[in-house]
Amino acid sequence: MTHPVAIIGVGWSGFRPVTPDVSYKELIYEAAVRAYADAGVDPRRDVDSFVTVSEDFHEGTSIFDEYVPDQIGGAQRPVHTITGDGLHGLAAAVMQILTGRFRVVVVEGHSKASNILTLPHITAYALDPILNRPLQVNPLAVAALEACRYMHESGATREQCGAVVTKNRRNALRNPAAAYGADLRTEDVLASEVVASPLARLEISDHADGAIVIVLADAETARRLSPHPAWIRGIGWANDSPSLESRCWARAVYAERAAAMAYKMAGIGNPVEEIQFAEVDDTYAYKELQHLEALGLCAQGRAGPLTREGATAPDGCLPVNVSGGSLGVGHLLEASGLARVLEVVLQLRGHAGSRQLGDVYTGLAQSWRGVPTTSGAVAVLSNQLGGRES
Amino acid sequence: MTQRIASYPGTALSEEDIERGHVLSVHDQLRADYAWDAGLAIGLYLDGLKAGVILGVRCRRCDRTVVPPRAFCEQCFAPMDAFVPLADVGIVNTFSLCYVTWDVKRIVEPLIPAVIDLDGTSPPAGIMHLLGGVVPDRVHIGMRVRAVWKPARARQGAITDIRYFKPLRRG
Amino acid sequence: MSMRRVAVVGAGMTRFVRRAMETPKELAWHASRMALDSCGLTLNDVGGVCIGSAPDAFDGVHMKGEYLSDGSGAWGKPVMRSYVGGGTGVFLGPHGWYHVASGLFDVVLVVAEEKMSSFYPHAQAAFLTIFDHTTERPLEPNLLWIFALEMNRYMQTYGISKRDIAQVAVKNKRNAADHPCAMLGEANITVEDVLNSEVLAWPVQRLDVSPVSDGAVAIVMAAEGVAERITDRPVWVQGVGWNLDTAYWTNRDLAYPEYVERAARMAYEMAGVREPRKEIHVVEPYDPFDYKELHHLEGLLLADRGKAPELTAQGVTARNGAMPVCPSGGLLGVGNPITAAGLMKVAELFWQLRGEAGARQVPGTPERGLAQAWGDLMQVGTVTILGTQRPS
Repeated sequence: MTHPVAIIGVGWSGFRPVTPDVSYKELIYEAAVRAYADAGVDPRRDVDSFVTVSEDFHEGTSIFDEYVPDQIGGAQRPVHTITGDGLHGLAAAVMQILTGRFRVVVVEGHSKASNILTLPHITAYALDPILNRPLQVNPLAVAALEACRYMHESGATREQCGAVVTKNRRNALRNPAAAYGADLRTEDVLASEVVASPLARLEISDHADGAIVIVLADAETARRLSPHPAWIRGIGWANDSPSLESRCWARAVYAERAAAMAYKMAGIGNPVEEIQFAEVDDTYAYKELQHLEALGLCAQGRAGPLTREGATAPDGCLPVNVSGGSLGVGHLLEASGLARVLEVVLQLRGHAGSRQLGDVYTGLAQSWRGVPTTSGAVAVLSNQLGGRES
Repeated sequence: MTQRIASYPGTALSEEDIERGHVLSVHDQLRADYAWDAGLAIGLYLDGLKAGVILGVRCRRCDRTVVPPRAFCEQCFAPMDAFVPLADVGIVNTFSLCYVTWDVKRIVEPLIPAVIDLDGTSPPAGIMHLLGGVVPDRVHIGMRVRAVWKPARARQGAITDIRYFKPLRRG
Repeated sequence: MSMRRVAVVGAGMTRFVRRAMETPKELAWHASRMALDSCGLTLNDVGGVCIGSAPDAFDGVHMKGEYLSDGSGAWGKPVMRSYVGGGTGVFLGPHGWYHVASGLFDVVLVVAEEKMSSFYPHAQAAFLTIFDHTTERPLEPNLLWIFALEMNRYMQTYGISKRDIAQVAVKNKRNAADHPCAMLGEANITVEDVLNSEVLAWPVQRLDVSPVSDGAVAIVMAAEGVAERITDRPVWVQGVGWNLDTAYWTNRDLAYPEYVERAARMAYEMAGVREPRKEIHVVEPYDPFDYKELHHLEGLLLADRGKAPELTAQGVTARNGAMPVCPSGGLLGVGNPITAAGLMKVAELFWQLRGEAGARQVPGTPERGLAQAWGDLMQVGTVTILGTQRPS
């Protein structure tokens, strides 16, 4: 696989727990203007297609794609929505460019989670309306069921989950965009109130408002416009069963499959060797551990001990969620996957400020769509074509 | 297709099937509540309505005045901050006589939604609102109309601070 | 860069009904299974799945694409749901196309499902939430308003009468009488029936409007080299286009759908179509309301502005006319389970171009057809052009 698609521009606004000063359109406009300035493109002239990600119930508006074009410069242009995570939107953009008919494609994702007054109810409406919803269980319980089975099979402990929280929230202190930086001890996490055992309050990421816009281009355009293209070497996405009655509760099968697709495209045979750092979904602390194993970045059952030993800290052998992850940055609804990509791009460019990792050339971003889904995506990015040697 | 396939899947039910319990269903009323941040441009628009003024915005680059106001121009993508008060008078661009409510209840006196091009905007640049104080059959495209406001003390910074638009001349 | 060619190789659909007994998953499964059976494939042959479904509000199911995924054959597979409101059904053409043309997939299953009857008491009420939450929703708008406003503007601009427009409803409902899945086929309906039907939102009357419906449609798309092994008559994707206009719909000229023209020009350019009126042999434009078919024929550059009613009056758009339009019966006749109705139009082209449309078959041997849908706040145009000739 050659590397015909690169990220040439990134822009973001937020991330903050509330954003009462701006409408969603104004929030997105700020991110878009930054992204276009970063990429050196004029959206009204240079962009061939726009992809946005959103879910109607998160917006409180049906057919929300009606309201997306203006603030990204997409009016009267090819624009469409993917009702998925930002990484699904990124995959759609990559596919469009790979057809050969599009040179520059833009992806937008955002969160105005603070405007949703009944978010747990909204999440519950994703449960099967006949089989599950009448039980009136908080959808968080679905994550708790999974955490319970995952911990049972992998041997992961609450202390190890707590270590994920302290690491990510501490990492967020070095990320000016992060909403939830904090210097916590594992004991603080374990002592926080249990919401749905084994999940305690501090193991659950809080939401934030924000918007992220990413500009992608084909190889020729990327080389012409960008001093630091981030090449998308591989991308993959997959679902396990949407039904609670027939899914795997211990492993993140969707992430295993999405990673297999992305690694195949990237020509990666041994991810432990070739992936230097990762931004993975950590909506709940155990998810970071489960996802690292699903991605093949460590053996089954090893993510917890490695985290406790500091291997996934910024100065460890596999830095994970240097941005702070969703626990530290804030969960951005559909934009969460783009936040993971954003950090990988900044690190690959050497633009990550005081949290910059030394000499990195290949990173991975991974997303999960949250309970009750089994939907996830993976992207592998590199700042050099063909990895380190080229 | 049609030659090769004898029957198609999909089983039609009648109202009776449901009322008599021939098939079962699960009812749920959604609790979906939101508080949308109005932001800068629409925040000013709502402030204006409360004060009895319809606010538009001008794009200096495109030489274009539009309503509702917005913080950026969707045509040239430049920021916009030249908010300008508009006359509360305009012209009916198009209208309908609607005999059903939003939730499909039959009504006798029609609601009259219209797109109204306000004076001082760069057409096409209307807003959707209702017409009132007019015999439905007399409404026509091109009719001049003026906003009928709620009393100042009853206004709360909402599009409904304008009760409706009515003809400038008796219709 | 040379493009990887993509073909439609199979299609399936359920009946369109007012209220289906089947759950959304089951409807999606029926259509998917039929589409796979029609070309002798199984789920093992499918690399990825594309899903289309309109507002989650109909079902009251959040993240409806996730919910539908196993019914659509996506268990364990890459699946993506695309969304452009009412335009989604035909957008699944471009969506499936770019999956395969990218080189990432050889075979994709493309599924559109809609179950509008779940919304209580009437699906129309769900549409309140498509309007701007701050500047429009407090006026309690009905979905019919925007159509009525657009229809009135269209009529006024070109001097078109209600009678001119009613001919479309008559043509399509009569065409649908030959469709085995149709819910509103009426072989003997007349213009007077349309003009005498209940006034909903003048100028829109009951028979100007397509009904709310339940149903599902699926197609199978495959890459060149694979498609020819699946069937000896692949139908090729020759062009795709889509375009979204501003959300400020009241700031637009409602008499002409410019976004449809832009989407059509994108598709014509890709297909190498220079004279669409000569080169498009069968048309399935979006007809949720009768005037929309006319509006869209003009936007597609298949009729001069304001002149589409004349083509209808002259019989040009009849099934046996020079340019058959909605030979399926369209949304007005077959029914309007929103995204499924859009994909039904793509499926109809597939059947027409293979000569498999039975009693609906248009005369001659059509070589190229166009399906178009429209959606959002009168805002989005989506176009899929299929043809019997493999693109060069």
